Amino acid sequence: MPNASPFERLPNRSRAQVTVFVEDEPVEVCAHDSAAAAVLAAGLLPSRTTPADASPRAPYCLMGVCFECLIEIDGAPNQQGCMIPVRDGMRIRRQCGARDMHGEGAHDHA
Amino acid sequence: MTTPDYDLIIIGAGPAGMAAAEEAHRQGLRCALLDEQEEAGGQIYRAIGRAPLADERILGQDYYHGRDLLEAFERSGVDYRPGTTVWGIEDDLSLDVSREGVSQRLRTRRLLVATGAQERPVPFPGWTLPGVMTGGAAQILLKSSAMAPPGPIVLAGSGPLLLLVAAQLARAGVRVEALLDTSPRGNWRRAARHLPGALKNPSLLAKGLGLLREIRRAGIPHLKGVDGLEAFSRDGERLTHLRYRQAGESRERECRTLLVHQGVVPNVQLTRALELAHDWDEAQQCWRPRLDAWGETSRPGVFVAGDSGGIAGAQAAEESGRLAVLGIAGQLGRVNTEARDRLAAPVRARLAPHLAIRPFLDVLYRPARRFLVPEDDTVVCRCEEVTAGELRRIADAGCRGPNQAKAFCRAGMGPCQGRLCGLTVSQVIADQCNEPVAAVGYYHIRPPIKPLSLGELASLSDPDTPTRN
Amino acid sequence: MTPRPRNGSRSADACVIGGGLVGMAIALGLQRHGLSVAVLDEGDIALRASRGNFGLVWVQGKGDTQPAYASITRRSARLWPDLAGRLQEQTGIDVQLQQRGGLYLCLTEDELEARRRMLARMRDAAGGDYPHETLDLPQVRDYFPDIGDWVSGATWCPEDGHLNPLLLLRALTERFRAQGGVIDNGGRVQAIDRHGESFRITTPTGAWSCAKVVLAAGLGNRELAPQVGLSAPVFPNRGQVLIAERVRPFLHYPTGHVRQTGEGTVQIGDSKEDVGFDSGTTTDVMAHIARRAVRLFPLLRDVRMVRAWGALRVMTPDGYPVYEASRDCPGAYLVTCHSGVTLGALHEGPLADWIARDDTDLPLEEFHAQRFAL
Repeated sequence: MPNASPFERLPNRSRAQVTVFVEDEPVEVCAHDSAAAAVLAAGLLPSRTTPADASPRAPYCLMGVCFECLIEIDGAPNQQGCMIPVRDGMRIRRQCGARDMHGEGAHDHA
Repeated sequence: MTTPDYDLIIIGAGPAGMAAAEEAHRQGLRCALLDEQEEAGGQIYRAIGRAPLADERILGQDYYHGRDLLEAFERSGVDYRPGTTVWGIEDDLSLDVSREGVSQRLRTRRLLVATGAQERPVPFPGWTLPGVMTGGAAQILLKSSAMAPPGPIVLAGSGPLLLLVAAQLARAGVRVEALLDTSPRGNWRRAARHLPGALKNPSLLAKGLGLLREIRRAGIPHLKGVDGLEAFSRDGERLTHLRYRQAGESRERECRTLLVHQGVVPNVQLTRALELAHDWDEAQQCWRPRLDAWGETSRPGVFVAGDSGGIAGAQAAEESGRLAVLGIAGQLGRVNTEARDRLAAPVRARLAPHLAIRPFLDVLYRPARRFLVPEDDTVVCRCEEVTAGELRRIADAGCRGPNQAKAFCRAGMGPCQGRLCGLTVSQVIADQCNEPVAAVGYYHIRPPIKPLSLGELASLSDPDTPTRN
Repeated sequence: MTPRPRNGSRSADACVIGGGLVGMAIALGLQRHGLSVAVLDEGDIALRASRGNFGLVWVQGKGDTQPAYASITRRSARLWPDLAGRLQEQTGIDVQLQQRGGLYLCLTEDELEARRRMLARMRDAAGGDYPHETLDLPQVRDYFPDIGDWVSGATWCPEDGHLNPLLLLRALTERFRAQGGVIDNGGRVQAIDRHGESFRITTPTGAWSCAKVVLAAGLGNRELAPQVGLSAPVFPNRGQVLIAERVRPFLHYPTGHVRQTGEGTVQIGDSKEDVGFDSGTTTDVMAHIARRAVRLFPLLRDVRMVRAWGALRVMTPDGYPVYEASRDCPGAYLVTCHSGVTLGALHEGPLADWIARDDTDLPLEEFHAQRFAL
């Protein structure tokens, strides 16, 4: 349910496109994008809520410092989106509050 | 004790790290370069290897200079390990590194930290709202994803990078509603006495003036002396509008993207984790590791180059990376003192103008007090949502410094491990206790240097060792 | 009750040296007796075992070779609800005390059997009054559905519990100051001299005079004790705690090795008792601690560690506390232990009463440092 304005793609040389699913909606992104960039391309704002106070957050620094881009990727919670490149078929979801260790897919990635 | 795997491990593939690797190759050192990112370039030359933006005028030729550096680095043939996070460093310079969820240990005789800068935290009311990002983040998206944020876009803050981002967005045909300059009005006057130093770097000065001209020509309203910036959300979900004061009047403005910036500061997470001596840099309002003329820290064998040793910019970073490697090559007996100094002389000469202009820039772009020591209701620690007011209360209740603050109110205990609040927490406590920041000190940065899964950590335990108890 | 300056130095009825959990609990207890109290403490970078504390209010297995220790441990555990309640009322700080029982998880049958026998011995020593149970793996699952198959069983004690040691330190500090207590962060105490009926304590930034002095400086007691005719044979035992990110509640009882805090973070130690961690702060030790945790709770495998703590535990040769009044220098007291949380309520209560009144029903003769001289 991405519902904010998406970021705009400028004319570019990227050829390889992949499809990721942001809250189940397919989004075409460039193969080198980070998962956080895909979140912005999909307009998924906020992309998480904090465990401390459930306040809404979104990617902030995009360089691995702030940890505001924590998202659920392929069922694994609390992934640092700006440091993880997209993969075709990647499923991205909002990270709501603290990690739920019993959540779907929590056991999938040993 | 096994032989070290390398003569030199460099951490960070920005300008300092890439230039250092090239020099290490030249000096015949067995060298590895570890970088957290998947692509070399650091933040300044982010994604320079593929540079996706079709129109090269958008980012400008300074960015594409990174290509030369990257090519030279790639030719050097050092053991380059992208996507590799250093999360532990032991006393014997064993590094615990993680790549794709698997950890291993690397040993080295010398270590060069070239982890660059991070943007100074910009705490103000509303800065945690989705839609507020750093100017650097917008630039990273331009460089690595050819992406621009949705409008209405407003830029706010202080510093050359903010001007550059405004100009780059304008070149890309992206509309910028306003550039809110929050630099205190007295900065220009105070900076003027440092002008003679700045004139030693006329090309950088000219670039700055050029950016200002470009912003004016692009028709971006450049509002000076902006104060009292606050970001708001009508739906409680994301940024919708701003308020600020300018020319004595309160203004309100619709805004979907607010790009903020107050300059950059050394990324000291790793040098702090190593418990190296740091000094408070009053001019740059930040910490920097204490370095000798070759970039060697208080711990023998550990060197720092580039902006992680003190902000001087990308070109200076290259030179300081080369200098550090010459120092290391000297220590390891690859060059004698005379040859080392001879090789270093032209490097130092190229470095000089970049250092000469700093005092001017530091004063000119010194952030307004409110961004260094925010008001009570402003969140300082974004992870644990600790406000400046709470820090002041515990300072009044006898808290002596950031480590006690951490214990009392969880500031700095979240996933970012204090990266984004450390500077502000020290400054707020120092201000409240009326002590110099240097006396108040900084967080004791604890391992791991980056979060890592317990399973990955556990995998390093020798399964043949019986569990205690 | 506020200490006042006298003769160029500052003055208090009692000075407590050390502002950790031990010192602050005693200081607060002394205030109950109407004494003016100053706590002399170091700055932000002191060793601070309190900040590395695991946070267990732990009874089971403590004092297996020293019944008096078992007895004061249980007494403190019983006093905890009252102290926590008062602190909440007085400061508004909830120290997150929970005493619904705790489990000590064992990974091998041998370990479980040894533990079962130890607790049975302790029950005998306590005349049959030592509630605990030995649980097999299916029984452990009733407490922790997520327990790992590696676990052979656990021992359960209904008197065990935990709290947040950082909030406790904050609450003690705030209450102490609110009652007029002074915390002097003037630095490490340089000298304690006896002048007639009072003590003069010199710090790098000034001096204090007081009728009573309590040494609660952890490892610092080693150097301070001889200055008042006592001996504190304490040495550091470096221990580690790993702290993982906040997760939703999954662990509803503390265990000897893993506990979930009120905020949701997971603390992991490698412990026989509440703070008995392994020594060292190397990756090897951290990996070892993590390995055990993941075996106990496989769900923790993907959870990220955000911090590791190395704290210096204050150890004595037999691991038990030292509580002793000086004979040579009446008015000087030595308090040294490594269980500042578990024993916190004892320190604030009966132990502070002893220092204030020089009279007690506690079996303190068992805790004199004399025992190490034999």
